[in-house]
Amino acid sequence: MPARLLKFALSRKHPEPRMFAHHEHLKSSYDVVIIGGGGHGLAAAYYLARDHGIRDVAILEKSYLGSGNTGRNTTIIRSNYLTPEGVQFYDESVRLWRDLSEDFDLNLFYSTRGHFTLAHTDAAMRTMRWRAEVNKHFGIASEAVDSQAVREAIPMMDITCGGHAPVLGALYHAPGAIARHDAVAWGYGRGADRRGAQIHQNTEVVAIELEDRGSGPCVAAVITNRGRIATRKVLCAVAGHTPRLLAMVGLRSPIYIHPLQAMVSEPVKPWLDPIIVSASLHVYVSQSARGELVMGASLDPYELHSSRSTLDFAESLAAHMLELFPFLSDVKVNRQWAGMADMTPDFAPIMGLTPVRGFYLDSGWGTWGFKATPVCGKTMSHTVARDEAHPLIRGFSFDRFARYALTGEKGAASVGH
Amino acid sequence: MKLMTCPINGPRAISEFAYGGEVRSMPDPQATGDAHWADYVFNRNSLPIVKAEWWCHTPSGVWFIAERDTATDTIRRTSLYPVWAQQREALS
Repeated sequence: MPARLLKFALSRKHPEPRMFAHHEHLKSSYDVVIIGGGGHGLAAAYYLARDHGIRDVAILEKSYLGSGNTGRNTTIIRSNYLTPEGVQFYDESVRLWRDLSEDFDLNLFYSTRGHFTLAHTDAAMRTMRWRAEVNKHFGIASEAVDSQAVREAIPMMDITCGGHAPVLGALYHAPGAIARHDAVAWGYGRGADRRGAQIHQNTEVVAIELEDRGSGPCVAAVITNRGRIATRKVLCAVAGHTPRLLAMVGLRSPIYIHPLQAMVSEPVKPWLDPIIVSASLHVYVSQSARGELVMGASLDPYELHSSRSTLDFAESLAAHMLELFPFLSDVKVNRQWAGMADMTPDFAPIMGLTPVRGFYLDSGWGTWGFKATPVCGKTMSHTVARDEAHPLIRGFSFDRFARYALTGEKGAASVGH
Repeated sequence: MKLMTCPINGPRAISEFAYGGEVRSMPDPQATGDAHWADYVFNRNSLPIVKAEWWCHTPSGVWFIAERDTATDTIRRTSLYPVWAQQREALS
């Protein structure tokens, strides 16, 4: 290994192939411009090239690939949602996830763990049964289990939570999984790059030019800090920056931005196989392949466009973790961070066409976007290529609020945000 | 620890306060069409700028207005609603 490292250091040329090419200049026009080089944007580029033959695509990322919420989430993948729209959508995503490592020829460390959503109250138990029934109706492996089953599956957990919030049961979702999030961005990025799409990092969009070709506003060009790009199709997949992009095309939306924080412990020997979620205690936790406990909690309580992290958060999450797992009291926290979550009033995303022709939106991914990466790429590429919303995303349309037709997914959010 | 100044109780830990959203004026429900009403109910101004927001000091139940930069989390000033409304009127 040291000899190989030395070869790396002394070589003038990089001896290993890069994941994707670096392009010195932007072209003056592209068929499609994707704003946001996170998992969702890169997945859309990948499926546009692979399934729709659209290869003249630029992906613009203002920082580095996967620097936003793709690299900041807690990597949980599940499809145990509440509404039929949500359940079908996320189920398709889980199906795509399973073949992704092979698709990419890149190990995503996709690991099926099983997922327990703990219920500490009768009301929570009722929601778990409801979710289990909706899930089963669509052929998804979810079931409500009692506290005995939870005790057997997670023997190291204090089932009474210190005596004040005893676990009554749980929603058990066998397909629940985790995956290495950076690799998802790189896998899609490399796949898109090999098929002809251009990835431009450090490229920030500063304005979007619109024109009226007789049927209302249409996209004409994207202005970046590296020059102007003429295009008729723009896909906006920028999570917490969505309101700023929408302002560039003169649209208003219900999206509001709160930070979502997370942290990891130091690595410890493997002891936690399933993913554990407790809405009442505001905790979700899994153990990564490296042995770290990856932990998250609820949203920060007020609007903020920043990814700062706070001691308040670390203290409260650690306290709740100790209620579940008192033996962790000597384990140290290694890192803490935050992402900007683009929240919607009904906890469902906002996807598809917008009143601006050629401006496609993949947003409102709040705290639940990572698991949807493959299916978002698939459905948004279809939407962009055909200029009509994919059937799976019709329940998530931009205009549903004006029609008062919300898609209520709050009951399936992992913790009570 | 982050502090916020309650106009009645003085500087307190931010954990004592509840966020009530941006100050907005409600259109007359009788005189407003569905589209405009939906815009009021759902849409928000989510740009990172200085906003006037409702906050509540929960132990004492004092509701007041805070002018806060939502990009940096800097609290510019806090005041009771009548004071804030009067100053806003004087400025306009």
